[in-house]
Amino acid sequence: MQLWNDFKNGLWQENPIFRLVIGLCPTLAVTNTAINGLAMGLATSFVLLASEIVISTIKKLIPNDVRIPSYILIIATFVTFVDYFLKAFFPAVAVSLSLFVPLIVVNCLILGRQEAFASKNPVHRSIADALGMGLGFTWVLVLLSIVRELLGMGAVFGFQVLGDWYQPMIIMILPAGAFISLGILVGIMNYIARKGVRK
Amino acid sequence: MEQFTRIILLFVSTVLVNNFVLIRFLGICPFLGISKQVETAFSMGLATTFVMTLTGAATWLINTFILEALQLPFLQYVSFIMVIASLVQFVEMFIKKTSPVLYKALGIYLPLITTNCAILGLALLIPLNGYNFIESIVFGFSAGVGFTLAIVLLAGLRETLEFGDVPEVLKGVPITLILAGIMAMAFMGFSGLISI
Repeated sequence: MQLWNDFKNGLWQENPIFRLVIGLCPTLAVTNTAINGLAMGLATSFVLLASEIVISTIKKLIPNDVRIPSYILIIATFVTFVDYFLKAFFPAVAVSLSLFVPLIVVNCLILGRQEAFASKNPVHRSIADALGMGLGFTWVLVLLSIVRELLGMGAVFGFQVLGDWYQPMIIMILPAGAFISLGILVGIMNYIARKGVRK
Repeated sequence: MEQFTRIILLFVSTVLVNNFVLIRFLGICPFLGISKQVETAFSMGLATTFVMTLTGAATWLINTFILEALQLPFLQYVSFIMVIASLVQFVEMFIKKTSPVLYKALGIYLPLITTNCAILGLALLIPLNGYNFIESIVFGFSAGVGFTLAIVLLAGLRETLEFGDVPEVLKGVPITLILAGIMAMAFMGFSGLISI
Protein backbone atom coordinates (compact mmCIF):
# COMPACT_ATOMS: atom_id res chain seq x y z
CA MET A 1 0.00 0.00 0.00
CA GLN A 2 2.76 2.35 0.94
CA LEU A 3 4.66 1.38 -2.19
CA TRP A 4 1.60 2.08 -4.31
CA ASN A 5 1.29 5.53 -2.73
CA ASP A 6 4.96 6.27 -3.41
CA PHE A 7 4.41 5.26 -7.01
CA LYS A 8 1.16 7.16 -7.50
CA ASN A 9 2.60 10.32 -6.00
CA GLY A 10 4.66 11.20 -9.07
CA LEU A 11 1.89 10.60 -11.56
CA TRP A 12 -0.38 13.40 -10.49
CA GLN A 13 -0.16 14.74 -6.94
CA GLU A 14 3.51 15.70 -7.15
CA ASN A 15 3.87 15.50 -10.89
CA PRO A 16 7.36 16.86 -11.63
CA ILE A 17 6.24 19.17 -14.43
CA PHE A 18 2.72 20.29 -13.51
CA ARG A 19 3.03 20.43 -9.73
CA LEU A 20 6.72 20.84 -8.90
CA VAL A 21 7.60 22.69 -12.14
CA ILE A 22 11.08 21.22 -12.43
CA GLY A 23 12.99 19.73 -15.32
CA LEU A 24 11.57 22.17 -17.83
CA CYS A 25 14.55 22.48 -20.19
CA PRO A 26 14.18 19.04 -21.78
CA THR A 27 10.39 19.34 -21.53
CA LEU A 28 10.43 22.34 -23.81
CA ALA A 29 13.35 21.46 -26.03
CA VAL A 30 12.75 17.91 -27.19
CA THR A 31 8.95 17.77 -27.43
CA ASN A 32 8.76 18.78 -31.10
CA THR A 33 7.92 15.20 -32.11
CA ALA A 34 6.25 12.44 -30.10
CA ILE A 35 9.15 10.03 -30.63
CA ASN A 36 11.65 12.51 -29.20
CA GLY A 37 9.40 13.19 -26.22
CA LEU A 38 9.00 9.49 -25.48
CA ALA A 39 12.72 8.79 -25.85
CA MET A 40 13.63 11.67 -23.56
CA GLY A 41 11.09 10.53 -20.98
CA LEU A 42 12.40 6.97 -20.98
CA ALA A 43 16.06 8.04 -20.87
CA THR A 44 15.39 10.32 -17.90
CA SER A 45 13.34 7.63 -16.13
CA PHE A 46 16.15 5.12 -16.54
CA VAL A 47 18.75 7.48 -15.08
CA LEU A 48 16.39 8.37 -12.25
CA LEU A 49 15.69 4.73 -11.43
CA ALA A 50 19.31 3.59 -11.61
CA SER A 51 20.67 6.44 -9.53
CA GLU A 52 17.91 6.17 -6.92
CA ILE A 53 18.72 2.47 -6.49
CA VAL A 54 22.45 3.13 -6.11
CA ILE A 55 22.08 6.12 -3.83
CA SER A 56 19.51 4.61 -1.50
CA THR A 57 21.72 1.52 -1.23
CA ILE A 58 24.92 3.34 -0.35
CA LYS A 59 23.41 6.39 1.38
CA LYS A 60 25.06 5.55 4.72
CA LEU A 61 28.51 5.51 3.12
CA ILE A 62 28.28 9.01 1.64
CA PRO A 63 29.52 11.74 4.00
CA ASN A 64 26.91 14.43 4.42
CA ASP A 65 29.18 17.33 3.39
CA VAL A 66 30.00 15.97 -0.04
CA ARG A 67 26.68 14.34 -0.81
CA ILE A 68 25.66 16.67 -3.66
CA PRO A 69 28.90 16.18 -5.67
CA SER A 70 28.68 12.44 -5.02
CA TYR A 71 25.09 12.32 -6.29
CA ILE A 72 26.02 14.28 -9.39
CA LEU A 73 28.92 11.91 -10.10
CA ILE A 74 26.66 8.87 -9.84
CA ILE A 75 24.05 10.51 -12.07
CA ALA A 76 26.67 11.57 -14.62
CA THR A 77 27.94 8.00 -14.84
CA PHE A 78 24.50 6.67 -15.73
CA VAL A 79 23.93 9.50 -18.19
CA THR A 80 27.15 8.59 -19.99
CA PHE A 81 25.85 5.03 -20.13
CA VAL A 82 22.51 6.12 -21.66
CA ASP A 83 24.25 8.40 -24.12
CA TYR A 84 26.49 5.64 -25.47
CA PHE A 85 23.54 3.22 -25.54
CA LEU A 86 21.43 5.62 -27.63
CA LYS A 87 24.33 6.37 -29.97
CA ALA A 88 24.90 2.66 -30.54
CA PHE A 89 21.32 1.41 -30.93
CA PHE A 90 19.20 4.45 -31.83
CA PRO A 91 21.53 6.81 -33.67
CA ALA A 92 18.67 8.82 -35.22
CA VAL A 93 17.13 9.54 -31.81
CA ALA A 94 20.54 10.40 -30.38
CA VAL A 95 21.09 12.96 -33.14
CA SER A 96 17.73 14.66 -32.65
CA LEU A 97 18.05 14.81 -28.86
CA SER A 98 21.69 15.90 -29.26
CA LEU A 99 22.74 18.11 -26.36
CA PHE A 100 19.81 17.20 -24.16
CA VAL A 101 20.97 13.67 -23.40
CA PRO A 102 24.10 14.84 -21.52
CA LEU A 103 22.01 17.59 -19.96
CA ILE A 104 20.02 14.96 -18.05
CA VAL A 105 22.91 15.29 -15.56
CA VAL A 106 21.66 18.68 -14.44
CA ASN A 107 17.95 17.90 -14.66
CA CYS A 108 16.78 19.19 -11.30
CA LEU A 109 14.16 16.43 -11.16
CA ILE A 110 16.83 13.74 -10.78
CA LEU A 111 19.01 15.49 -8.24
CA GLY A 112 15.91 16.68 -6.40
CA ARG A 113 14.55 13.15 -5.95
CA GLN A 114 17.89 11.91 -4.63
CA GLU A 115 17.94 14.66 -2.06
CA ALA A 116 14.25 14.49 -1.16
CA PHE A 117 13.63 10.77 -1.35
CA ALA A 118 16.43 8.29 -2.08
CA SER A 119 18.72 9.65 0.63
CA LYS A 120 16.07 9.09 3.31
CA ASN A 121 14.22 5.94 2.27
CA PRO A 122 14.98 2.24 1.76
CA VAL A 123 15.66 0.76 -1.67
CA HIS A 124 12.24 -0.72 -2.43
CA ARG A 125 10.44 2.55 -1.71
CA SER A 126 12.99 4.45 -3.79
CA ILE A 127 12.29 2.16 -6.73
CA ALA A 128 8.55 2.88 -6.44
CA ASP A 129 9.24 6.59 -6.22
CA ALA A 130 11.58 6.57 -9.24
CA LEU A 131 9.09 4.61 -11.35
CA GLY A 132 6.25 6.96 -10.42
CA MET A 133 8.24 10.14 -11.00
CA GLY A 134 9.74 8.80 -14.22
CA LEU A 135 6.35 7.81 -15.55
CA GLY A 136 4.86 11.13 -14.43
CA PHE A 137 7.59 12.96 -16.33
CA THR A 138 7.22 10.74 -19.40
CA TRP A 139 3.46 11.04 -19.81
CA VAL A 140 3.59 14.83 -19.69
CA LEU A 141 6.40 14.86 -22.26
CA VAL A 142 4.48 12.54 -24.55
CA LEU A 143 1.24 14.50 -24.17
CA LEU A 144 2.97 17.81 -24.90
CA SER A 145 4.85 16.40 -27.88
CA ILE A 146 1.71 14.83 -29.36
CA VAL A 147 -0.07 18.18 -29.15
CA ARG A 148 2.86 19.98 -30.72
CA GLU A 149 3.49 17.43 -33.46
CA LEU A 150 -0.21 17.25 -34.34
CA LEU A 151 -0.64 21.01 -34.61
CA GLY A 152 2.78 21.67 -36.08
CA MET A 153 2.99 18.91 -38.68
CA GLY A 154 -0.40 17.20 -38.66
CA ALA A 155 1.24 13.95 -37.58
CA VAL A 156 1.57 11.75 -34.49
CA PHE A 157 4.62 9.51 -33.98
CA GLY A 158 5.58 10.32 -37.56
CA PHE A 159 2.29 9.12 -39.09
CA GLN A 160 0.30 11.69 -41.02
CA VAL A 161 -3.05 11.90 -39.21
CA LEU A 162 -4.60 15.07 -40.50
CA GLY A 163 -5.28 15.26 -44.21
CA ASP A 164 -4.23 17.75 -46.86
CA TRP A 165 -6.89 20.23 -45.73
CA TYR A 166 -4.89 20.95 -42.60
CA GLN A 167 -2.49 23.87 -42.80
CA PRO A 168 0.32 23.02 -40.29
CA MET A 169 1.12 25.68 -37.74
CA ILE A 170 4.89 25.74 -38.04
CA ILE A 171 5.13 27.90 -34.92
CA MET A 172 4.15 24.92 -32.77
CA ILE A 173 7.35 22.99 -33.48
CA LEU A 174 9.49 26.11 -33.05
CA PRO A 175 10.68 27.36 -29.63
CA ALA A 176 7.86 29.89 -29.21
CA GLY A 177 5.24 27.16 -29.65
CA ALA A 178 6.89 25.07 -26.94
CA PHE A 179 6.53 27.82 -24.34
CA ILE A 180 2.99 28.71 -25.30
CA SER A 181 1.65 25.16 -25.50
CA LEU A 182 3.23 24.17 -22.18
CA GLY A 183 1.79 27.33 -20.62
CA ILE A 184 -1.70 26.50 -21.83
CA LEU A 185 -1.32 22.86 -20.78
CA VAL A 186 -0.29 23.83 -17.24
CA GLY A 187 -3.28 26.19 -17.18
CA ILE A 188 -5.64 23.36 -18.18
CA MET A 189 -4.13 21.07 -15.52
CA ASN A 190 -4.62 23.79 -12.90
CA TYR A 191 -8.25 24.04 -13.98
CA ILE A 192 -8.76 20.27 -13.68
CA ALA A 193 -7.01 20.12 -10.31
CA ARG A 194 -9.15 22.97 -9.01
CA LYS A 195 -12.36 21.34 -10.19
CA GLY A 196 -11.33 18.16 -8.40
CA VAL A 197 -10.88 20.08 -5.15
CA ARG A 198 -14.28 21.75 -5.38
CA LYS A 199 -16.02 18.40 -5.69
CA MET B 1 41.38 41.44 -38.57
CA GLU B 2 39.46 38.45 -39.82
CA GLN B 3 39.69 36.88 -36.39
CA PHE B 4 38.30 40.07 -34.89
CA THR B 5 35.29 40.08 -37.22
CA ARG B 6 34.64 36.45 -36.40
CA ILE B 7 34.58 37.24 -32.70
CA ILE B 8 32.15 40.14 -33.14
CA LEU B 9 29.89 37.92 -35.25
CA LEU B 10 30.10 35.15 -32.67
CA PHE B 11 29.06 37.62 -29.97
CA VAL B 12 26.03 38.95 -31.86
CA SER B 13 24.99 35.49 -32.95
CA THR B 14 25.14 34.04 -29.43
CA VAL B 15 23.36 36.96 -27.77
CA LEU B 16 20.55 37.48 -30.28
CA VAL B 17 20.24 34.87 -33.00
CA ASN B 18 20.91 31.74 -30.96
CA ASN B 19 19.89 33.10 -27.59
CA PHE B 20 20.65 30.44 -25.00
CA VAL B 21 17.34 30.70 -23.21
CA LEU B 22 14.77 31.53 -25.84
CA ILE B 23 16.10 29.63 -28.84
CA ARG B 24 18.24 26.84 -27.38
CA PHE B 25 16.13 26.20 -24.24
CA LEU B 26 19.06 26.20 -21.85
CA GLY B 27 18.69 27.60 -18.36
CA ILE B 28 14.89 27.60 -18.23
CA CYS B 29 14.74 26.84 -14.50
CA PRO B 30 16.37 30.07 -13.26
CA PHE B 31 14.74 31.91 -16.16
CA LEU B 32 11.29 31.10 -14.78
CA GLY B 33 12.23 30.85 -11.12
CA ILE B 34 14.21 34.03 -10.55
CA SER B 35 12.48 36.52 -12.81
CA LYS B 36 9.96 38.10 -10.46
CA GLN B 37 11.95 41.31 -9.96
CA VAL B 38 14.26 43.10 -12.35
CA GLU B 39 16.88 43.70 -9.68
CA THR B 40 17.37 40.09 -8.58
CA ALA B 41 17.11 38.93 -12.18
CA PHE B 42 19.98 41.23 -13.06
CA SER B 43 22.13 39.96 -10.17
CA MET B 44 21.46 36.41 -11.28
CA GLY B 45 22.39 37.30 -14.84
CA LEU B 46 25.61 38.91 -13.65
CA ALA B 47 26.66 35.91 -11.57
CA THR B 48 25.80 33.53 -14.40
CA THR B 49 27.75 35.57 -16.94
CA PHE B 50 30.76 35.53 -14.64
CA VAL B 51 30.67 31.77 -14.17
CA MET B 52 29.98 31.17 -17.86
CA THR B 53 33.02 33.15 -18.97
CA LEU B 54 35.25 31.17 -16.59
CA THR B 55 33.60 27.91 -17.63
CA GLY B 56 34.29 28.70 -21.27
CA ALA B 57 38.00 29.05 -20.54
CA ALA B 58 38.25 26.13 -18.11
CA THR B 59 36.41 23.56 -20.19
CA TRP B 60 38.40 24.41 -23.30
CA LEU B 61 41.65 23.86 -21.41
CA ILE B 62 40.48 20.60 -19.88
CA ASN B 63 39.00 19.27 -23.08
CA THR B 64 42.07 20.08 -25.17
CA PHE B 65 44.90 19.23 -22.81
CA ILE B 66 43.43 16.39 -20.78
CA LEU B 67 40.45 14.70 -22.41
CA GLU B 68 41.61 14.91 -26.02
CA ALA B 69 45.28 14.46 -25.29
CA LEU B 70 44.66 11.31 -23.24
CA GLN B 71 41.71 10.14 -25.39
CA LEU B 72 39.14 10.02 -22.62
CA PRO B 73 35.99 11.37 -24.31
CA PHE B 74 33.71 9.21 -22.17
CA LEU B 75 34.77 11.18 -19.10
CA GLN B 76 33.51 14.41 -20.65
CA TYR B 77 30.23 14.74 -18.74
CA VAL B 78 31.67 13.66 -15.41
CA SER B 79 34.68 15.95 -15.62
CA PHE B 80 32.76 18.97 -16.94
CA ILE B 81 30.18 18.86 -14.18
CA MET B 82 32.94 18.53 -11.58
CA VAL B 83 34.77 21.51 -13.06
CA ILE B 84 31.60 23.59 -13.00
CA ALA B 85 30.74 22.61 -9.42
CA SER B 86 34.20 23.44 -8.15
CA LEU B 87 34.33 26.65 -10.20
CA VAL B 88 31.07 27.83 -8.66
CA GLN B 89 32.38 26.95 -5.21
CA PHE B 90 35.60 28.84 -5.92
CA VAL B 91 33.78 31.90 -7.25
CA GLU B 92 31.57 31.89 -4.17
CA MET B 93 34.58 31.84 -1.83
CA PHE B 94 36.37 34.50 -3.85
CA ILE B 95 33.42 36.90 -3.89
CA LYS B 96 32.79 36.32 -0.20
CA LYS B 97 36.36 37.37 0.62
CA THR B 98 36.71 40.29 -1.79
CA SER B 99 33.26 41.83 -2.01
CA PRO B 100 30.82 41.05 0.79
CA VAL B 101 28.29 43.47 -0.73
CA LEU B 102 28.11 41.60 -4.02
CA TYR B 103 28.08 38.31 -2.11
CA LYS B 104 25.04 39.42 -0.18
CA ALA B 105 23.29 40.63 -3.33
CA LEU B 106 23.77 37.29 -5.09
CA GLY B 107 22.95 35.24 -2.01
CA ILE B 108 21.45 31.85 -2.72
CA TYR B 109 21.71 32.23 -6.49
CA LEU B 110 25.43 31.50 -6.54
CA PRO B 111 25.34 27.81 -5.53
CA LEU B 112 22.26 27.30 -7.70
CA ILE B 113 24.29 28.09 -10.79
CA THR B 114 25.83 24.60 -10.67
CA THR B 115 22.56 23.00 -11.73
CA ASN B 116 21.83 25.61 -14.38
CA CYS B 117 21.83 23.58 -17.56
CA ALA B 118 22.97 26.60 -19.55
CA ILE B 119 26.43 26.21 -18.00
CA LEU B 120 26.85 22.51 -18.77
CA GLY B 121 25.27 23.13 -22.18
CA LEU B 122 27.88 25.77 -22.84
CA ALA B 123 30.68 23.44 -21.78
CA LEU B 124 29.39 20.73 -24.12
CA LEU B 125 28.87 23.08 -27.06
CA ILE B 126 32.49 24.23 -27.04
CA PRO B 127 34.08 20.95 -28.20
CA LEU B 128 31.07 20.35 -30.47
CA ASN B 129 31.59 23.63 -32.32
CA GLY B 130 35.38 23.37 -32.29
CA TYR B 131 36.08 26.82 -30.88
CA ASN B 132 39.62 27.94 -30.03
CA PHE B 133 40.60 29.37 -26.66
CA ILE B 134 39.68 33.02 -27.35
CA GLU B 135 36.43 32.03 -29.05
CA SER B 136 35.51 29.83 -26.09
CA ILE B 137 35.86 32.75 -23.70
CA VAL B 138 33.86 35.05 -25.97
CA PHE B 139 31.24 32.35 -26.42
CA GLY B 140 30.91 31.94 -22.65
CA PHE B 141 30.69 35.66 -22.08
CA SER B 142 28.14 36.30 -24.81
CA ALA B 143 26.01 33.33 -23.71
CA GLY B 144 25.91 34.98 -20.28
CA VAL B 145 24.95 38.33 -21.79
CA GLY B 146 22.17 36.64 -23.76
CA PHE B 147 20.91 34.94 -20.60
CA THR B 148 20.95 38.25 -18.70
CA LEU B 149 19.12 40.01 -21.51
CA ALA B 150 16.37 37.40 -21.61
CA ILE B 151 15.89 37.14 -17.84
CA VAL B 152 15.85 40.93 -17.29
CA LEU B 153 13.35 41.42 -20.13
CA LEU B 154 11.07 38.73 -18.71
CA ALA B 155 11.34 40.19 -15.21
CA GLY B 156 10.35 43.59 -16.59
CA LEU B 157 7.29 42.09 -18.26
CA ARG B 158 6.33 40.16 -15.13
CA GLU B 159 6.60 43.26 -12.95
CA THR B 160 4.16 45.04 -15.24
CA LEU B 161 1.89 42.02 -15.35
CA GLU B 162 1.43 42.18 -11.57
CA PHE B 163 -1.16 44.87 -12.24
CA GLY B 164 -2.79 43.03 -15.11
CA ASP B 165 -6.00 41.08 -14.94
CA VAL B 166 -4.88 37.47 -15.47
CA PRO B 167 -7.41 34.61 -15.41
CA GLU B 168 -7.19 32.69 -12.15
CA VAL B 169 -6.03 29.37 -13.65
CA LEU B 170 -3.27 31.01 -15.67
CA LYS B 171 -1.68 32.85 -12.73
CA GLY B 172 1.94 32.06 -11.92
CA VAL B 173 3.73 29.55 -14.11
CA PRO B 174 1.33 29.30 -17.10
CA ILE B 175 1.21 33.01 -17.87
CA THR B 176 4.99 33.26 -17.46
CA LEU B 177 5.45 30.48 -19.99
CA ILE B 178 3.10 32.17 -22.44
CA LEU B 179 4.99 35.45 -21.97
CA ALA B 180 8.25 33.65 -22.65
CA GLY B 181 6.69 32.18 -25.78
CA ILE B 182 5.80 35.62 -27.07
CA MET B 183 9.36 36.76 -26.29
CA ALA B 184 10.74 33.77 -28.18
CA MET B 185 8.60 34.77 -31.15
CA ALA B 186 10.13 38.24 -31.03
CA PHE B 187 13.63 36.76 -30.89
CA MET B 188 12.85 34.60 -33.91
CA GLY B 189 12.90 37.85 -35.83
CA PHE B 190 16.69 37.83 -35.45
CA SER B 191 17.12 34.48 -37.16
CA GLY B 192 19.00 34.75 -40.40
CA LEU B 193 20.57 38.01 -39.26
CA ILE B 194 24.02 36.45 -39.50
CA SER B 195 25.27 32.94 -40.06
CA ILE B 196 28.60 31.43 -39.15
